[in-house]
Amino acid sequence: MSIHDLSVPIAVPARSWRDRLGSIVPILVLAPSLAASFVYVFVFTGWTLYLSLSDSTLLPSYGLTGLDNYASLWSNRRWNIAYTNLFLFSGFYIVGSMAVGLLLAILIDQRVRGEAVWRTIFLYPLAVSFIVTGTVWSWLYNPVDGIQALVRGLGWSDFSFALTSDRNHAIYAVIITGVWQSSGFAMALFLAGLRSVDPDLVKAAQIDGASVVRTYRKVILPTIAPIFLAVAVIQIQFAIKTFDLVAALTRGGPGISTTFPAIYVYDLMFQRGEIGEGAAAAVMMLAALAVVLVPYSLWVVWRRRAEAGNG
Amino acid sequence: MTSQSLSALTIRNLYKSYGAVDVLKGINLEAQPGEFIALVGPSGCGKSTLLAMIAGLESVTSGEIRIGNRLVNSVPPKDRDIAMVFQSYALYPTMTVRQNITFGMESRGVPKADQAEAVKHVAALLQIEALLGRKPGQLSGGQRQRVAMGRALVRDPKLFLFDEPLSNLDAKLRVDMRTEIKKLHNRVGKTTVYVTHDQVEAMTLASRIAVMHQGSVQQFDAAQMIYSRPANMFVAGFMGSPAMNFIPAELGDGAGRPCVTVRTADGGTAALELAQPVPAGAPRNVVLGVRPEHIYRFSDDLKHRKRAIAAVKAPVELVEPTGAETLAVLRFGDLEVTGRFDPDGAPRMGETMTLGIDMARACLFDPTTQSLL
Amino acid sequence: MAELAAAIDLEAAAASRRHFWSRFAIYGLLTVFAAIYLIPLLVVVFNSFREQAEIARDGLISLPKTFRLEAWAQAWSTYCIAGTCQGMQRNFLNSLWMTIPATIISTLLGAVNGYVLSKWRFKGSEVLFTLMLLGVFMPGQIALMPWAFVLGKLGLTNSTYGLILVHVVQGISFTTLFCRNYYIGIPDDLIKAARIDGAGFWRIFWKIIIPLSPPILIVTVIWQFTGIWNEYLFGVVFTSGQAQPITAALVALTASGTTARSYDVMSAAVLIGALPPLLIYLFGGKYFVRGLTQGAIK
Repeated sequence: MSIHDLSVPIAVPARSWRDRLGSIVPILVLAPSLAASFVYVFVFTGWTLYLSLSDSTLLPSYGLTGLDNYASLWSNRRWNIAYTNLFLFSGFYIVGSMAVGLLLAILIDQRVRGEAVWRTIFLYPLAVSFIVTGTVWSWLYNPVDGIQALVRGLGWSDFSFALTSDRNHAIYAVIITGVWQSSGFAMALFLAGLRSVDPDLVKAAQIDGASVVRTYRKVILPTIAPIFLAVAVIQIQFAIKTFDLVAALTRGGPGISTTFPAIYVYDLMFQRGEIGEGAAAAVMMLAALAVVLVPYSLWVVWRRRAEAGNG
Repeated sequence: MTSQSLSALTIRNLYKSYGAVDVLKGINLEAQPGEFIALVGPSGCGKSTLLAMIAGLESVTSGEIRIGNRLVNSVPPKDRDIAMVFQSYALYPTMTVRQNITFGMESRGVPKADQAEAVKHVAALLQIEALLGRKPGQLSGGQRQRVAMGRALVRDPKLFLFDEPLSNLDAKLRVDMRTEIKKLHNRVGKTTVYVTHDQVEAMTLASRIAVMHQGSVQQFDAAQMIYSRPANMFVAGFMGSPAMNFIPAELGDGAGRPCVTVRTADGGTAALELAQPVPAGAPRNVVLGVRPEHIYRFSDDLKHRKRAIAAVKAPVELVEPTGAETLAVLRFGDLEVTGRFDPDGAPRMGETMTLGIDMARACLFDPTTQSLL
Repeated sequence: MAELAAAIDLEAAAASRRHFWSRFAIYGLLTVFAAIYLIPLLVVVFNSFREQAEIARDGLISLPKTFRLEAWAQAWSTYCIAGTCQGMQRNFLNSLWMTIPATIISTLLGAVNGYVLSKWRFKGSEVLFTLMLLGVFMPGQIALMPWAFVLGKLGLTNSTYGLILVHVVQGISFTTLFCRNYYIGIPDDLIKAARIDGAGFWRIFWKIIIPLSPPILIVTVIWQFTGIWNEYLFGVVFTSGQAQPITAALVALTASGTTARSYDVMSAAVLIGALPPLLIYLFGGKYFVRGLTQGAIK
C-alpha cells in the first residue's frame, strides 16, 4: 500500500476560527445520525435486555426477576415450536432460494436473449411486500379456491395440495413462498458474481478442454465462493426477522404450527400483555442473529486483513 | 533568516509519521524562484507524501515548510498559493473542461469577466480552446493531461506541484508531454516541484533532483552531478538505465600507481589503474561502479582519446541490439557486467573481447556504508 | 481427404445438434420458472377485473371473461375494513406521506454520512461506521418496546410522523452503508484537487460528490422506498385503524372475511398496496440491480 492511498486527513491545524470550524464540520454533520444510531443500537437493545429481566407484564415495570422470563419462555411449548420452525424454515429457505437463484443466474449467464426481461421477471417479487406475497399465496394454497381446486377441476379429482390447512406441512407453504419471493434476489447477486469472474480464466479452462459443467464446478463457482456466504447471511437475516410473511400467509396457524419467534414476540408483547417474556423472546432473536453474524463479520475482517497482507 | 527570502520553497527537518511508522525522516530541501525540482525514487519512498505535505493535504508531524518566506505548516491548501497536477488528473467528471478550470476561481469569488479572460488565456497557451465545452470522459489521455495543467496554470500560483503527471500516458505520448511541460516551464517560469519514479523524466526536466529512498533524501543536486557523482550506491543504481555496474574490487598498488583488482572470467584477476589518488580512509575492499556506456572495445585509438583507460579481457555472454546501441552482457568473475556499445563494431556473442574501461568516470563506493568514496 | 472432411462434417453436425438441445433446455427452464413467478401476479391482476360471481363459478385461477373496474373503486373508497367503510384510500395516503419524507430524509442523511465516512475520515471514524452498521442487523422486535415508549413521550403514537421517525432512524444504517461504499470508489485526488481549488466541505459535497451520486442515490431511494412502503411490523404496532399504513390495512382487510371472500376487491386492494413499489422497481430496477451489486458485495 502506498502512502498517498490514505484518505485526506482533517488534522491540518487551522488558523482562523473559520478554518477551525471547517475542520469540525464533518463531525458535527455526522453527530445527529451517530446519536440516533447509538440510541437505536445500544440504548434500545439494553432497554429491551433490561425488560427481559424484569417483572413487566401489561406495562413496563422495572423490578428485576432474574432469568424467570427466559425460563418461562423456554418451558413454553409454543416458543419451542417457534424456534424449531425457525431452524427448519431457515435451512430450507436458504438452501432453496440459493439453489433456485444459482440455477437462474447460470441459465441467464448463457448469453440468453432478452436477459433484462428474464431478470425483471425473476426479481419483481423483491419489490412486493411479504404482506402482498403472503396474501396472494394464501389464496393459491386455499384448497377450496386455489391450486388444488384448479387441478381437480381439470380432472385429477384425487389431487391434493392443501399445505396451509395441514398442521404438519403448513411450514412448507411458508418455505415455498419465501423461496419464491427471494430467489430472484439471490439470482441477482450470483449473476453479478458470475459476471465478475475473469473471462480469461474461463477461456483458459476451455483451452484445457474442460466441459461447461466442469468449468462451472471447478473454476467459476469456487472463485465466487464468498458470494455464497454473503447470500446465505443476508437470507438468514430475513429468515430470523420473518414476521410479515407468516402474518399474511398462515397467521401462525393452523393452530400454532407455523408460529415463529418474531410472531411470538408480537403476541406476547401486544396481545397477551407479557412484556417481560416478550422482551426475553426478542433478546433470543437477537442472540440467534449474533450467532450467525458475529462469526461472519470476524471472517470478513480476517479475509480483508489476509488480502491486504498479500496485496 | 535573510537568506530565506531567496528561496521559493524551503523544507527543513521535516518528519511525517503514521502512528509508529516514520514515512519521512528529516527532509531538507529548498528551491530557488523559477527552479524545477524533481523528487524521484521508487514507490513507497515517501515522495508523494512529501508533495502532499507541501500542498497541505497531509499534516506535518514536525519540521517546517516555507513557501516564499511564509511558514505554511498549518495553512490550509487553498491559502498556500499553490496549484497541483495529479497522477489521475483528478478532473471533476461531471463538469465541462471550462467548469473544471473555473471551479477554483469560483470558489475564491473571482469576477466572471476575469474568469473568462483567464480561461481564454490558458486555453490558448495549452491549445485546448476546442475542448472547453467537453466533459473529461470525452477527452483522450493527452487532452486530459493538458486540461489538468490548464486548471493549475489558471491559478497563477507561486508554486506548481506535479504528482507523477505522465505515468498514465502511453510511452510515446509521455515523451511528447514531457517536452511540452519543459517548454511550458521555460515560458511560464514558475517554481515547480515534480514527483516521478521515472529517472529519465527527472533528468530531462529538472534543474535539480532530490533522490529519495525509505523516507529520506539520498542526494539533492544538479541532474548531471546526480548522474556522474552519485552520493551512494542507491542513487547510482537508481539513476541510469541500464543501471550502473557494481564490481567488488580490492584497492592496491600496481607498479607504484593506485589501482583496483577485479576478478576475471578465467578465474584470475586484473588490475585496473585508477584515475585519481585513493581517497583517504578508504577500506581495502571497495565496490567499483562503472556505467555501461563507459565500457568500450579496447583500441590504441581509444587510449589516445581518453585520459584513463584500463584494459581487461572478458567473454561476451549475451548481445542485445536495441537499434541505436547494442547492450552486451560480459563476464567478470562470477558477476555479469553490462556494457553499452556502438552498433558498429559491437561485441559478438561468444567472443572474448578486450575492454577499455574509462576509469576517469568510474566511482568507488564503500561496501559497508554504501557511500561514494 | 474426403473421408476426413466427412468426419469433420459429421462432428460439426453433432455439435450443432448438441448446441440446439442445450439452448432448448435453457430457454425451456427459464420459461417454466418465469411462469411460476408470473402466475401469482397474473391471477391477482385478472381477478381484480373479474366479477366475484365469475370467480366463484370458474375458480380463482382462470382467464377473465368479464372486465370491470368496480372492484378497484370499492377497494379504494368504499370497502369495509374493521367496521370503517372508506376503502384503502386513507391508508394508501398514510403510506405515501410516511414513505416519501422518510425516504428523502434518510437518503440525504446517508449521503452526507457516507461522504464524511469516506472522504473526511478522522481518528475513530471507522469505529463509528461499524457502530452505525450494527443498525442494519438489528431485528425490529428488539426495539419495539423502547420505540413505543419514545413515541409515547413525543406524542407521536398512532401518527405518520412517528413512523417517519422510526423509519429514518432505522434506515440511516442502510443509506450510510450504501453511500459510503459507493463514495469510497470516488478518487481521493478529486477531493484534494477541490481543496486546493479552495472548495470547502459543503461546496465539495454539492458540486463534486452529489453530481457523481445519481447511481447510488437511485439505489438508496429504491431500497428505502420499497422497504418503508412494504414494512408491516412497526405499522401494525404503532398505529391503528385509519392511521395505519397500507400493509397493516391489507392484513386487516383480508382477515375481516366476514362473509364469503370477495376475491375481486381483495385482489384490487392487494394491487393498490403493491403498485407504488412495483412501479418504482420497473422504472429503476435496472439501476437498482447494478448499484446493489456494486455496493452490497464488496
